[in-house]
Amino acid sequence: MTVTENTEVLDGAERVKRRGDDSAVLRLSEAEAAMIGADPDAPDEDERVLLNMGPSHPSTHGVLRLMLEMEGETVLRSKPVVGYLHTGMEKQAEQLTYLQGCTNVTRMDYASPLFTELAFSLATEKLLGIEVPERAVWIRMLMSELNRMSSHLLFMATNGMDLGAVSMMIYGWREREEVLRFFEKVTGLRMNHNYIRPGGVAADLPDGWQADVEHLLELIPPRLEEYDILMTGQPIWRERLQGVGVLNADEALALSATGPILRSTGYAWDLRRDEPYLAYPEVDFDVIVGSFGDSYDRYAIRLNEIRESMRIVEQILDRMPAGDYRVQDKKVTPPPRVRIDQSMEALIHHFKIFTEGYQVPEGEAYAAVESPRGELGIYMVSDGSSTPYRMHVRGPSYINLQTMPHLMQGGMIADGVAIISSVDPIMGEVDR
Amino acid sequence: MSDEPEIAEEATDEAATPVAMRYGMVDAGDGVLHAFVDTYLDGCTEAQADGFGQLVDLTAVDYLTYAAPRNLPAGIEAERFELVTQLINHTTRERVRIRMQVNADEPVIPTLFDLWPGAENLEREVFDMFGIEFTDHPDMSRVLMPEDWVGHPLRKDYAIGSIPVQFKAASNER
Repeated sequence: MTVTENTEVLDGAERVKRRGDDSAVLRLSEAEAAMIGADPDAPDEDERVLLNMGPSHPSTHGVLRLMLEMEGETVLRSKPVVGYLHTGMEKQAEQLTYLQGCTNVTRMDYASPLFTELAFSLATEKLLGIEVPERAVWIRMLMSELNRMSSHLLFMATNGMDLGAVSMMIYGWREREEVLRFFEKVTGLRMNHNYIRPGGVAADLPDGWQADVEHLLELIPPRLEEYDILMTGQPIWRERLQGVGVLNADEALALSATGPILRSTGYAWDLRRDEPYLAYPEVDFDVIVGSFGDSYDRYAIRLNEIRESMRIVEQILDRMPAGDYRVQDKKVTPPPRVRIDQSMEALIHHFKIFTEGYQVPEGEAYAAVESPRGELGIYMVSDGSSTPYRMHVRGPSYINLQTMPHLMQGGMIADGVAIISSVDPIMGEVDR
Repeated sequence: MSDEPEIAEEATDEAATPVAMRYGMVDAGDGVLHAFVDTYLDGCTEAQADGFGQLVDLTAVDYLTYAAPRNLPAGIEAERFELVTQLINHTTRERVRIRMQVNADEPVIPTLFDLWPGAENLEREVFDMFGIEFTDHPDMSRVLMPEDWVGHPLRKDYAIGSIPVQFKAASNER
């Protein structure tokens, strides 16, 4: 590998604080890039080439575009160009009632939709000052952990595909489908569930859910063993990932990175353990950390987080409390279907909730959950009406994307594909 | 020493409504601090030295059409924009939310890039969506909207659906 002046070792977070030409981030506007590109024959002493990658590229996970400054095959600076999926979801949230809000936010991180629903519900409940019943809490936890599994299984599939283990793509999707089948049974949909709502969940778990979950817990562990044989211990796989895209803990913290990227540097920070929400203090699990902060650690963390999630799911299976699956607060919960046939008031109540929505006391609140990608937070401002005055999503994908130029600097372009994959951005959440 | 009588005078003035201060910001309790544009950067530097090692989030709110009372502590004057910065101290597991009123006529504030480089894209998004500018920012450009976009979508006076889709190539006589 060509060692350029850019790859010198700096203490702490100094490397990521650089602003000038030696920074890893290519701060170049479209207009400036077009000027450079307009005359490819112009003399260029340092033989640097500006290369465009994406937005439609199989390894860019949707519509991520990268502007790369190359010297031969070495990446010097890069800039992730985002916004291709921007549909103004935060603006739209200001038009939708709190009940409709979950249908909007669930579309952001489409690989782990239940987490955004959960964060939205927790923020709304904070403003409302309501506490959800115990069973709803445990159902939320069950669904979150299954969703973490399905999201990481999707990562296994795409990461394998990006690195040439194409059969892994089929295996990862196959296992994920098993989890999604359970989601379909519970929520009615494979994705974009709108299942976790302010006040609880949309419906109770269906009869026989235990058998379905037990089936998953039996099915997936041997498949993970297969992944280990196919990838984890495999020399080609290790060669391809170890030492590629390295970040230290100081740099990750400085760049506001969370989730597997932060944990891969050996820094144990997981909101489930460190700022517990739902009933996480009552279940046993380990926070998986890496030691080198490279792409291999990020892969291994996700693989082992699937195992930890299964451990949690197993405990939930044993300890799922009985009771109501949503709060019986008439303000936020529509009346049961049978009551509508019997009572005029129930019909009016039902109609009011679904047309006007319910008013949420004025104030501001922030609620965060540990999504498969890191801290997913919702900041909500209410002015006392039935729609949020402002809803902001702290999308972990958007913020983690900032680490990408620093991971890529000084590496080969082929490693860039491994790095994009290991950051695991979901572009729906980046662009919102 | 010459400032002493002045400080004493201020203290007696505010004795009726005691204001707790932290990092040069008004501490409103529940981990909420209200900052002033002039002392924002110094306060954040102090907070970082005090253990708030990570910037969690940075966003803004446009209070133009806010119907309810603002409920700001004494000494904080309500302005149209509010910048909301969240910091976390991983050792004590404490979070602070710094709220700062930003004047609509001159929405310019210092960047936090030199403290937490992770602020770069968050501040770009605030610039893009609200038109609040950050001085000394390494790349004060739009991030989600196209570079030649006119207007700032999350402002409350930016109506939904009233602006045609802009394409670079098409001539757009608006």
